[in-house]
Amino acid sequence: MTFIKHSLPGADDIYRVVLPNGITVLSRANFNSPSVVISGYLTIGGLLDPDEKLGLADFVSSALMRGTERRDFQKLYDELESVGASFGYNSGTHYVSLGGRSLVEDLPLLLDVMADTLQNPVFPEGQVEKLRAQMLTGLAIRGQDTSDMASLTFDQVLYDGHPYSRPDEGWPETVQAITLDDLTEFHRKYFGPRGVVISIVGAVEPEKAVGEVDRILGGWQNEAQDDAPALPEFKPPTKTNKKHYSIAGKSQSDIVMGTYGPKRNDPEFMSASLGNNILGQFGLMGRIGDVVREKSGLAYYAYSSLNAGIGPGAWYVSAGVNPANVEKATDLITQELKRYVDEGVTKEELTDSQTHFVGRLPLSLESNGGVAGALLNIERFDLGMDYYRQYPDLVKAVRVDDVRETARKYIDPKRLVITTAGP
Amino acid sequence: MTETITQTTLSNGMKVLLKEIHTAPLISSWVWYRVGSRDEVNGRTGISHWVEHMQFKGTPQFPANVLDKAISREGGMWNAFTYLDWTTYFETMPADKIDLGLRLEADRMVNSVFDEEEVASERTVVISEREGNENEPYFQLGEAVRSAAFRVHAYHHEVIGDMADLRSMTRDDLFNHYKTYYVPNNAVMAVAGDFEADKMLSRIKELYEPIQAGGEPQRLARKEPEQKGEVRLSVEGPGETTYVQVCYRFPNASHPDFFPLSVLDSLLAGPSSLNMFGGGISNKTSRLYRALVEKELTVSIRGGAQATIDPFLYTISMTIHPQRKPEETLSALDDEIKRIQDEIVSENEVARAIKQARAIFAYGSENITNQGFWMGYAEMFADYNWFLNYLENLAAVTPTEVQRVAQQYLQPKSRVVGTYIPNGGEA
Repeated sequence: MTFIKHSLPGADDIYRVVLPNGITVLSRANFNSPSVVISGYLTIGGLLDPDEKLGLADFVSSALMRGTERRDFQKLYDELESVGASFGYNSGTHYVSLGGRSLVEDLPLLLDVMADTLQNPVFPEGQVEKLRAQMLTGLAIRGQDTSDMASLTFDQVLYDGHPYSRPDEGWPETVQAITLDDLTEFHRKYFGPRGVVISIVGAVEPEKAVGEVDRILGGWQNEAQDDAPALPEFKPPTKTNKKHYSIAGKSQSDIVMGTYGPKRNDPEFMSASLGNNILGQFGLMGRIGDVVREKSGLAYYAYSSLNAGIGPGAWYVSAGVNPANVEKATDLITQELKRYVDEGVTKEELTDSQTHFVGRLPLSLESNGGVAGALLNIERFDLGMDYYRQYPDLVKAVRVDDVRETARKYIDPKRLVITTAGP
Repeated sequence: MTETITQTTLSNGMKVLLKEIHTAPLISSWVWYRVGSRDEVNGRTGISHWVEHMQFKGTPQFPANVLDKAISREGGMWNAFTYLDWTTYFETMPADKIDLGLRLEADRMVNSVFDEEEVASERTVVISEREGNENEPYFQLGEAVRSAAFRVHAYHHEVIGDMADLRSMTRDDLFNHYKTYYVPNNAVMAVAGDFEADKMLSRIKELYEPIQAGGEPQRLARKEPEQKGEVRLSVEGPGETTYVQVCYRFPNASHPDFFPLSVLDSLLAGPSSLNMFGGGISNKTSRLYRALVEKELTVSIRGGAQATIDPFLYTISMTIHPQRKPEETLSALDDEIKRIQDEIVSENEVARAIKQARAIFAYGSENITNQGFWMGYAEMFADYNWFLNYLENLAAVTPTEVQRVAQQYLQPKSRVVGTYIPNGGEA
C-alpha cells in the first residue's frame, strides 16, 4: 500500500499558466482514480442581457452544445456519451461556467468538445427551438416551485433597481423574444479568450494538461470581445418589506427572509461566514434549525445562507412550512436574527464553527471536482495559490467581536426583506 | 475489479466490511440496518423513516444537541437515509476523528431515548417533510403509480408514509420498531478510508461486540400477485406541465436478468448511476431521448431501475412537451419499445453501455464516502461480490439477452401508466 502525500493544494503543486491570448489554465494531478475533471468560466453572464431579452446569456450557453461547424447535436453527445463522458455549460449573473469529466484516456475528446463548442457553435434553428421549448417548460415548472419563487421574489425585493433583481433564466415572454440573431450576436460580441479560466484536475500531469489546452485554445482570438458593464450602486433596505407570491394548490409554503451581505472579497467575509454557520448551519442547521425545527417542529428544513460573490451578497434564512405556520415561523426567525445581532455569538460557538471549517476542508477537496472548484475560486477572487493552506489560520483569526460587528453591519431586524411563496 | 476488503461477522451477528483507501486523510463509516418501508404494515407506514429521524434525537450519553455538534465540530459530514429495503447512517470524518462516529453509532444502536416530547415535535417535522414532497407533481404521480402497482406487497406506499399514519403513530410504535430492527444481527457495518484494517476491526469489536444480538426480525411475506392487465390512472393538480410515468415490473437485484435489464435501461434511457455520491452522465443519445425529446414529444425523459430485495419497478418518467398530448407520447414510447423487442441491438451498443458503466464507476471511486456506501449498499440486496462483479456481469450480456428481457419484461399487460394532468392556476 503506497501512501500519497495528504497535502492541500498550494503553490508547489498547482500548475498555473496564462496563455498569450489571455486564457488562464490551472491544473493539479490526482492519480487516485482514472478520471479527470475540467471546470472553468468565462466572465460573461446574465448581467449582459437586455431587460426585454432576459435569459439570453443562459440561452446562448445552453445552445453552445446544440451543434458546431464540425458536429451536430447528436454527434456531439454521441462522442461524449459513448465513452461515459459529460460536458456542458451553465450561466449565472457574472459567469458562464463550463464543466465536464471523463476517463483520463478520453481527456483529448473532452478538450476538443470544449474548444469546438466555445469557438464554433452554429445555433441550428431546429435545435434552438427545441431548447426554447425546454427552457419555457423549465420556467413553467419554476413558477410552480414554492422554493424557487420565494427566492426569486426575495431577489426582486432586496435588489430592487439593481441588476441582481433579475432572474438569469428570464421570464417566458423574454425567452420567447430571443431570436437566432440574438444568440449569434451575443456569442460574437462576448465569447472570447480574455478572462477565461480553465482548471483540469485528475490523472494527468499538469504540464501536459496545460499544453493540451494551449494546443486547442491558444489560437482563439476575438477582437470584437466586449466586457461586462460595471455594477451600479446597491442601496440596502430602509424598512422591512414583505411580499408574497401566490401559487394555488400547494401544501407547503416557502419562506426566504434576510438582507444583503458582504462581497466575497470584503474583509469581513470570513467573520460573516463563520457567523452564518452558527446562525443557521452548524450541526442540524444551527440556531435557526434548533428553534424552528428541533424546538418548534415547524419545518423539515430551516437554515441560513450567505451568498458572497462579485457584487453585494445576500444573507438569508430559508424554511418550508405549512401555510398556516408562515407567520409563526417568520416571527421566530426574526427573533433569532435579533438575538444574533444583539447578543452575538459565544466563544464556544465560534470555536465549534472554526474547527468545523478547518476540519471539513479535506472532505471538500477529496474529489477532482472539489479541487477543480477550489482552483477556480483561487483565481476568481485572487485568493493566492496558498489560500487553502493558509485557510486554517484565516479561520482561526476571527474573534467573537468580529462576528458581532459584521452581524450589526449587515443585519438589521427592523429592515428585513421577508418573502413567501405558496397558497 | 480486483480489490481486497476485509469481511467478517462479529459474535453477535453484525457483519463488518473494511476497505483501506489511503488517498486522503478521511474515513467514511456506515451502519446499515435491514429495515425499510418493505417492513411496514398499514397503520404504521413511514415508521422506518420516522425512527431514522428519532435516531438524531439523542441517547443519555449523546443528547440531541450534543450529538450533532460533536460531529460538526470535528469537520465531519453525516447523514442518514431510509429506503424501501434499508436504513443507513454514515459519518465521513477526518481519519483521526472517526472514533467519535464509531462510538456514536454503537451507542444509538441500543440507547436512543425516544422521548415523548421529541416524538411530538418530530411528528410535525416529518409531516412538514411530506407536505414539501406533496408540492411536487412527480411525488403525487409517483405515489399514485406505486400504490396501483402494489396492492399486496408493502412496496405499495412511499417511504415517507401516509399522512394518516404520521398523525396517529405513537411513541411506543416507534420505539418497538427500533427495538425490533436495530439489533447487531440485522446490521452491516462498512468502513472505507485511511486506516489499518486490523486496528479498525479490533476497535469495532471493542465497541460493537458487547451489544447483544436480538431476535431475528419477522419479515412480511406478502408477494405481489401477477398483474393481469395494464392499469392507467391520472392525478390532477396545480401547474401547466403534464407528466407521464410508465412503470414496468423488474426483478430483484440478485436475479440474473438484472444485468441484461441494466444494459436495456442504458440503451433506452441512458445509464443509471449506482453512485449515491458522484453522479452519472447525460442521456441525450439514448433511444428514448432520440425518439421522444428530439421529436419534440417530451422535453425530458429518464429511466430508473432500482436494486431491490423483492421485484420492484422500472420507471420511465417523461415531461410532456407543452404542445403535445400524453397519448401521442405513449404511442411513440411503445413504438420504440417494440423496436428493441423486434430488432436485435448491435454488439457496439452493448459495448457502449459497458464503457459508460466503467466511467461512472471511476467517478464514484473519487470519493471515499461513496466507496463506503457501495460496500454496505450491495449487502442489502445481495453481497459485496455483486458489486465487485458488476462490470464483469454487464460485459457478459449479449444482444440476444437484451432482446429477450425486452420482450419478457416490457409488457403492456404488466405495466402502470400514470399521467399528471395540470389544472392551470386552479387549486
